[in-house]
Parts: sequence; C-alpha cells; structure tokens
Amino acid sequence: MSILVIAEHDNSTLKPATLNVLAAAKAIGGDINVLVAGENCGGVAEAAAKAEGVSKVLVADNAAYGHFLAENLSGLVVELAADYSHILAAAGTTGKDFLPRVAALLDVAQISDIIRVEDADTFVRPIYAGNAIATVKSSDSKKVITVRPTGFDPVAGEGGSATVEAVSAVKDAGVSAFVGEEKAVSDRPDLAAASIVISGGRGMQNGDNFKMLEQVADVLGAAVGASRAAVDAGFVPNDMQVGQTGKIVAPQLYIAVGISGAIQHLAGMSDSKVIVAINKDEEAPIFQVADYGLVADLFEAVPQLEAELKKVL
Amino acid sequence: MKVLVAVKRVIDYNVKVRVKPDNSGVDLANVKMAMNPFCEIAVEEAVRLKEKGVATEIVVVSIGPKACQEQIRTALALGADRGIHIETDAEVQSLEAAKLLKAVVDKEEPKLVILGKQSIDTDNNQTGQMLAALAGMGQGTFASEVVVDGDKVNVTREVDGGLMTVALNLPAVVTTDLRLNEPRYASLPNIMKAKKKPLDTTTPADLGVDVAVRLTTLKVEAPATRQAGIKVADVAELVDKLKNEAKVI
Ligand SMILES: Cc1cc2nc3c(=O)[nH]c(=O)nc-3n(C[C@H](O)[C@H](O)[C@H](O)COP(=O)(O)OP(=O)(O)OC[C@H]3O[C@@H](n4cnc5c(N)ncnc54)[C@H](O)[C@@H]3O)c2cc1C
Ligand SMILES: Nc1ncnc2c1ncn2[C@@H]1O[C@H](COP(=O)(O)O)[C@@H](O)[C@H]1O
Repeated sequence: MSILVIAEHDNSTLKPATLNVLAAAKAIGGDINVLVAGENCGGVAEAAAKAEGVSKVLVADNAAYGHFLAENLSGLVVELAADYSHILAAAGTTGKDFLPRVAALLDVAQISDIIRVEDADTFVRPIYAGNAIATVKSSDSKKVITVRPTGFDPVAGEGGSATVEAVSAVKDAGVSAFVGEEKAVSDRPDLAAASIVISGGRGMQNGDNFKMLEQVADVLGAAVGASRAAVDAGFVPNDMQVGQTGKIVAPQLYIAVGISGAIQHLAGMSDSKVIVAINKDEEAPIFQVADYGLVADLFEAVPQLEAELKKVL
Repeated sequence: MKVLVAVKRVIDYNVKVRVKPDNSGVDLANVKMAMNPFCEIAVEEAVRLKEKGVATEIVVVSIGPKACQEQIRTALALGADRGIHIETDAEVQSLEAAKLLKAVVDKEEPKLVILGKQSIDTDNNQTGQMLAALAGMGQGTFASEVVVDGDKVNVTREVDGGLMTVALNLPAVVTTDLRLNEPRYASLPNIMKAKKKPLDTTTPADLGVDVAVRLTTLKVEAPATRQAGIKVADVAELVDKLKNEAKVI
C-alpha cells in the first residue's frame, strides 16, 4: 500500500495538523509520501521531509497552487493518484474544499473526518454532530479520506529524512481566481493546536468584553474561541467558532464562559481533557460535560480568574 | 439567470439523536424531520438573488423518499419557483447525490447552483464540491457572501484563518455557511401558494445514475459519555483544582 498525505501549510510553515494526518497514515500502514503544493513553499517541503515515517516529499511549487484553489489542487492530486491506494488530508477548510473534488474525479466515495483506523478499508467517524460514531467500510479501490486531527496523536516532526522531489505537472483549471483575504492576526496560539482554550458565548454580551478572555488567555498561553452565537452576533470573527460546523478542538484544558452547551458546540470540544464551565445558570447543559463547573456571573468570575491565575502561575 | 438549489431532508437539529440498541444506525422512527439548516440558507440566498433581480428562476431539487416533497414545498413557500423530486428509498451517499444533481444540471443548465456546506446527519461536507468537479465548474465553498457580477460570481469564504474571496466563472457552485444570511419563515399565504407550484418527480434510474453505496456502515455506536464533574464554590477553588488536582495549568 502507498499513501499520499497532502500537507496543510501556508507556503511558509507546515501546519501541525499534517503530523496528525501522518499518524492516521501510519495506522493504515504502507509507504507514505507527502505532497506539498503551493507557491514558494520549499521550506514547507523541507519541514515535511523531517516528519516521522515519510519516505518521499513531492513539491508542486507554482502560482496555480499559491492560494490552494480547489479546482487546481484537485487536478494535481488526481494526476498523482495512480500511484496511491490512500489519499489523505486534514479535515480543515482546505482539505474539505479540494478533497471531495479529488474523490469525485476518481469516482470514489470520500470518507470524511475519520477519528480512527480499523484497517486499510475500515474507518471510524462521528456523525450527527458526534452523537453517533459510525464504523464504515469502503468498497472502493482507492480511499480518499479527510482526517480529524484531534483523533490522532501527531507523529514526530523531527528526525525523518525523506527525499524531496519536484512535480512538474501544472494544473490550472482556469475557472477560479483568488481575489483577496482577511487573515486573522493574533499573537496567541492557533486555536486548533493550543493546549488551553478559553471560549466565550452569547453571555459575553459584546466584542469588547472578549478582552477579559484575552487577558486570561495571555496568562495561560491559551487560544481564544467562541460559540456560534458569539460569532453570529458579530462579537468575534468566524475563524474562532468551535463546534460541529466550526473548529474541532481537544486541548488539555477548555474553559467555556457564558456558553450554554448546545450539542453543536459540544461536538467541537467534548474531547478536551479537562472542561471548565463558567455560567450563571446552574441548569445550563454545559455543566453536564464539565469537570469543574462554576455557577457565577462571568463579569465577576473572569476578572477574578485572571487575578487568581496570576498569583499561582 | 436560473439558480438551482439542492435541499436535503434530515433530522431536525433540535432532536436528541439516539443510537439504536442493535447498533445498526440511529433511531429515526417518529423523529421530527426538517430541511437541513444549511439548505435553508441556500434557499434564502437564491430568493434574495431573485429579489435583487439577479436570479430569474429558482429550481429546487431534493433526493430521497416521498417525504422529501415536504422540504421541496417548504422551499417553494419560501420563494422557489419549481421543484424536482428525485425519488428513491435507497440510501444515497454524497457521490451519488452529486451525480444525480449533475444530471439535473445538464438538463436545467443553471448559472448558479447553491447547496448547503454540510448535511447535519452525515456531516459529510462533500456533495457541492463533488458536483462542481463532475460539472467542471468552479466552487465557492463555506460562503458568507455571494456577489454576482456579470459572468462571474465573487464568493467570500469562511476559512480556518479568516475570510477568503474567490472569483468564479459562471456557471458555478456555491455552498453556504452559517453567516451567509438569516433565513426567513414562510408566511401562511405563501405556504398555500406553494401547493400549486410545479413539482416534477423523477428517479435515479430515469437519470441513468447508479446509486449503489460504496461505504457500508458496519455499526453505529453511542459516543463515550463524559461524566459530569463537580461544582466548585469559587474561583480560588477552581484554580486550586486545575493546578493541584487536574494539573493542567
Ligand atoms: C446547523 C447548525 C450548526 C451549528 N454549529 C454550531 C457550532 O459549530 N458551534 C456552536 O457553538 N454552535 C453551533 N450552532 C448553534 C448552537 O445550536 C447554539 O445556538 C449555540 O452554540 C449557542 O451559543 P451560546 O451557548 O453562546 O448561546 P446561548 O445558548 O444563548 O447561551 C448563553 C449562555 O450564557 C449564559 N450567560 C449569560 N449571561 C451570563 C453571565 N453574565 N454570566 C455567566 N453566564 C451567562 C447563559 O446562562 C447561557 O447559558 C449550530 C446550530 C445549527 C442549527
Ligand atoms: N439527498 C439530497 N438531496 C438534496 N440535496 C442533497 C442531498 N444530499 C446532499 N445534498 C446537498 O449537499 C449539501 C451537502 O451535503 P453533504 O455533502 O452530504 O454534507 C446539502 O446541504 C444539500 O444541499
């Protein structure tokens, strides 16, 4: 068996999620290659070559892939697909965008968001917002899979020494073009990779009040997340949404502040190691999953939390 | 221009899903069903395009058992003009749904196809992208803004790092994210009117699509449940527990 893992990156750094996807590839077993498609992405290829268990890194360095347009990336992956039994990418917004196209062009089903590998044909994935866990077996000759990074412990990012090979094929479908982007800039850790996350919900009342959470985050070295209600109300940007249809996180510590604990929110954070809930409603469903619940007004509790943490850290 | 919208009938998002005791699936007997929330957003966007004079006709398609006609009627009540029901009692997975929709696209030749980004039952997030690939179209997935501009459409997408805008040649496929719009409710007069709007029925066989599944579900289990923990009295106790008991800070 040989497996192609498509690296997730921003042309300058390899995203840690790629190491989780490599762990899924390792669980399937076989020769593992990584494709780094992007523009001026040589540094990413070098980083990928050091990851544990990778035998070869393919680099497709071209303007057509600079913004990871699905129409172009999928053409490239399909071109390379003949050599592989499994094609894997992280279930982030890039992988979710281009990989179903690859599957359709290869006429195979895609298996989305796997959290476990049973064997080379059989995978485990959450459905119904994580309310059910399905084991599915694919009858396709090739498997096209997105991997939920939190389902797999990452392989080592150092120590490997894969060969790096340039891919010359350029696929520009000519139907789409990049216009612009608004990137969230933050000095805090990446939500998906942070070991502590503090999230706010509708109870925060407005965007300014999120500063209280940011201050706690800075004491803890945490990332800041949000519920859908907080994003919809415009308190914070969309990339902070945690949940079924937002980001899936599984940090060591998740602190939910002014979040009721709707099933769609739980779907994105209930695999966290320790969950803390701060909510003034003692009936809030979030308390049913919280290891430590504090029934309190967040406007009193959060500043106290900051002060108390500063004392002990 | 003609806009095609795909709507799926799914379990209502408020329903607490239960896994069947024999682990064969989830219990759908007597459970409230509804239009997939992302499909409601898709219908709303099409209706707004029509209100702006950009769209001239809205055709709504649903694939599944007879009961899907309820969701088609809902879309017609919200402002769609015509429905197509692809009737089958078989399980239709995303690739096959995409092939069926491709057959409809070939016939109807819409300029824009709008789908939800994700079904809340399978959580697949595939069909729109697959349809776009099969139809050779560009795709604007996870859309939070759609602006038609001549023979192009600009789509702002909700991506992991923030927002990204792409320009697509028409015809194109758009899949909706939560912030694209806030769907309206259907008014009673419009619900009545919708009953008279045309609804055609076809089948996968008529469309020449084999819907045999490629993924067999071996079992469906309930997730591991988390035990509710303890309530702490105050912030000082919380911090003490986090430091000395859970050891996570
Ligand atoms: C298709 C679909 C997809 C969805 N996807 C997601 C998703 O990915 N992520 C997500 O989060 N949601 C998602 N949702 C929405 C979800 O159903 C809930 O509506 C949402 O999570 C509620 O957010 P919330 O807990 O912040 O708000 P609310 O439910 O309004 O809860 C606010 C909480 O704050 C508490 N509170 C208020 N004031 C204070 C105070 N001063 N001090 C302490 N506590 C206070 C209240 O007691 C309450 O419990 C989705 C819904 C649908 C239909
Ligand atoms: N059976 C179906 N009937 C109509 N539309 C569907 C069907 N299945 C999927 N879709 C469309 O594809 C979107 C994404 O679905 P999925 O890829 O299954 O997550 C849905 O929001 C619908 O717009």
